[in-house]
Amino acid sequence: MRTLLLGNEAVARGLYEAGCTFVSSYPGTPSTEITEAAAKYPEIYAEWAPNEKVAMEAAFGASLAGHRSFCGMKHVGLNVAADPLFTIAYTGVNGGMIIAVADDAGMHSSQNEQDSRHYARAAKLPMLEPADSAEALEFTKLAYELSEEFDTPVMMKMCTRISHSQSVVETGEREEHAPKPYEKNGAKYIMMPGNAKRRHPIVEERLRKIAEWAEHASVNRIEPGKDYKMGIITSSTSYQYVKEACGDTYPVLKLGMVWPLPEKKIRDFAGSVELLVVVEELDSFIEDYCRSLGLALTGESNFPVIDELSPNKVAYELTRTYPVGVKLEEDIPARPPVMCAGCPHRGLFYTLKKNNLTVLGDIGCYTLGAVAPLGAMDSTICMGASISGLHGFNKASGGESEGKSVAVIGDSTFMHSGVTGLINTAYNESNSTVIILDNSITGMTGHQQNPTTGFNLKGDPCAKIDLESLCRAIGIRRVRVVDPYDLAECDAAVKEELAAAEPSVIISRRPCALLKYVKHPGPISADADKCVGCKSCMKIGCPAISVTGGKAVIDSTLCTGCGVCTQLCKFDALGGKKEA
Amino acid sequence: METKNMMIVGVGGQGTLLASKLLGRLLLGKGFDVKVSEVHGMSQRGGSVVTYVRWGEKVYSPIVDKGQADVILSFELLEAARWTEYLKKGGKIITNTQQVNPMPVITGAAAYPENLAEKIKGLGIDLDAIDALKLAEEAGSSKAVNIVLMGRLSKWFDFTETEWMDALEKSVPPKFLELNKKAFALGRDC
Repeated sequence: MRTLLLGNEAVARGLYEAGCTFVSSYPGTPSTEITEAAAKYPEIYAEWAPNEKVAMEAAFGASLAGHRSFCGMKHVGLNVAADPLFTIAYTGVNGGMIIAVADDAGMHSSQNEQDSRHYARAAKLPMLEPADSAEALEFTKLAYELSEEFDTPVMMKMCTRISHSQSVVETGEREEHAPKPYEKNGAKYIMMPGNAKRRHPIVEERLRKIAEWAEHASVNRIEPGKDYKMGIITSSTSYQYVKEACGDTYPVLKLGMVWPLPEKKIRDFAGSVELLVVVEELDSFIEDYCRSLGLALTGESNFPVIDELSPNKVAYELTRTYPVGVKLEEDIPARPPVMCAGCPHRGLFYTLKKNNLTVLGDIGCYTLGAVAPLGAMDSTICMGASISGLHGFNKASGGESEGKSVAVIGDSTFMHSGVTGLINTAYNESNSTVIILDNSITGMTGHQQNPTTGFNLKGDPCAKIDLESLCRAIGIRRVRVVDPYDLAECDAAVKEELAAAEPSVIISRRPCALLKYVKHPGPISADADKCVGCKSCMKIGCPAISVTGGKAVIDSTLCTGCGVCTQLCKFDALGGKKEA
Repeated sequence: METKNMMIVGVGGQGTLLASKLLGRLLLGKGFDVKVSEVHGMSQRGGSVVTYVRWGEKVYSPIVDKGQADVILSFELLEAARWTEYLKKGGKIITNTQQVNPMPVITGAAAYPENLAEKIKGLGIDLDAIDALKLAEEAGSSKAVNIVLMGRLSKWFDFTETEWMDALEKSVPPKFLELNKKAFALGRDC
């Protein structure tokens, strides 16, 4: 059937058609929808693992059992899963195994801009890179064939513009693959030094064979041009921008497999053109390879290693022309993302700001607590870094920082890798105050279940991790729960736990305001007669409150009636229900 | 035909994704090659969002760059002003006149510019500005702003009313269909 699918949905469709039976992933923009879409096929078992390392190991286990398996993650998730990655590269697979990684050039929703192609080279694994949804579907099916033919996990590299663009695909039927029998084979699967030493040459030989395959593979295709003054090597979205700019004027070597690279094909292509240009996003990965072959390129590359490419950037470098529009010469205020009206994180961050605390932050919606006017955050590094960072901060500074600093981390992030940091806090005894922002969902990536919610990826009820019991079992004796809508309660809890002479965990618990099951009281109104224009209510950065003509005004289309602003108003001007 | 470029811009949470879904479906049904590029993740949280819709015989780039858009459908006035540079010469902007203050305006760090519609027109841009929020409320729900704007946009296309209604039926829940049909008609005919 001809239909429009997101690149991520097309990968999921490819999994379905190729007979995949096992998917384990951790959500991360822009990779999340692959697993969400895969979960909709009853033939596929799909789950959210607590983190990417667990997901990859689970997918490996399914492969070991003989099943076609998959794990998906964003680029920074691959860092978490890098440990199993480098060693399952040695063991190879039983059933076919795909590892999808989605990069985020331009950092639409990420903390760094790493180029995941380096992982394929470093782990000596093949990596396919589709340029649209049709290729995402086709390459997924191909990846399983390669995985089983060459006894290797196969990496699929996506990026924001491929993952989150819908384009036309032709869907097919599912082909079932009976699981391969599992046979005990210690020499292949037990990677102790003696065995690993014998596996490493096999890995190198495998990569050489895949490179040979890549020379003749249709995924690495030469598109003829009319003018051989210039020839372009490219892949992924960069390919689309090249075609947009040049059409079929210049010949193009379009690479669908970006590691290993086809040396002879590249040399032959370079030999057929006067000037060789590589167009690729982020690092000079293919270009460096071409230079290592001694191929003459355009001299210094003009394509930036910073930020994503765009049609106009590519058009300018290749043709020196691009369209221009008219800019409105006016100060257009930026519109950064903000915490939603009714967000349960707001009251807690207001408390942290009010107490002038040092806040080691983490990855999630609550990173927006760093933005003015709340501005209550000092660092954000990666998943879990808040708790471990605070431990180091407090150990190094001793009593100077213990009573003035906290870590904040969401429920899903705590499950991902915060819990190990808390173990370190308890084990090595730092007097740290850790705040778990439990909004009962993985919020930022669009409401995925996690081990604390009591539901699995398919939406069925399942085991629910009890955060209080977990923290106590780790050895934290002071564990308490607060309602972040209650500012007095938050303030008292934060002050008391900071003053305590031992580590504590405060669980700030209230479900995300956007969850469908959450019932809100409804919008409040501002009483203009009582409002004196003191702007106390503006300190919480709620998008539903503004001051017009010196008086607070509530936007009733946004206000949920959470009541946090009401507690800040000394003049009783905020609180009445909106008049009908 | 030459590939057509459209942008749908607005504020995260305004329902821009439904508009692009509806359009994508309609264009695919007409036999075009189509690409629709969306924004997910952090910028959805009340930030400035943009969706690109491209269609033609063969579409390459999933996104639209400066100077390329044939039409921009804007859900909010400031967002219309933000993206004028993406409009092709002779292109059209259809905008909701609703103003949603961004956080720098709410905190007083910046001001919401005045008379934006006139200023955009002053650039020689063909601007069609309607109060979609008022029309949506008239249709029965402030949440139907996106459908009011789709109705307005429908005048820019050659598709028949039946084709639009079919696409609408496939894109919204049945219980809201009547409301959305009304919102669509109000946008189209105001």
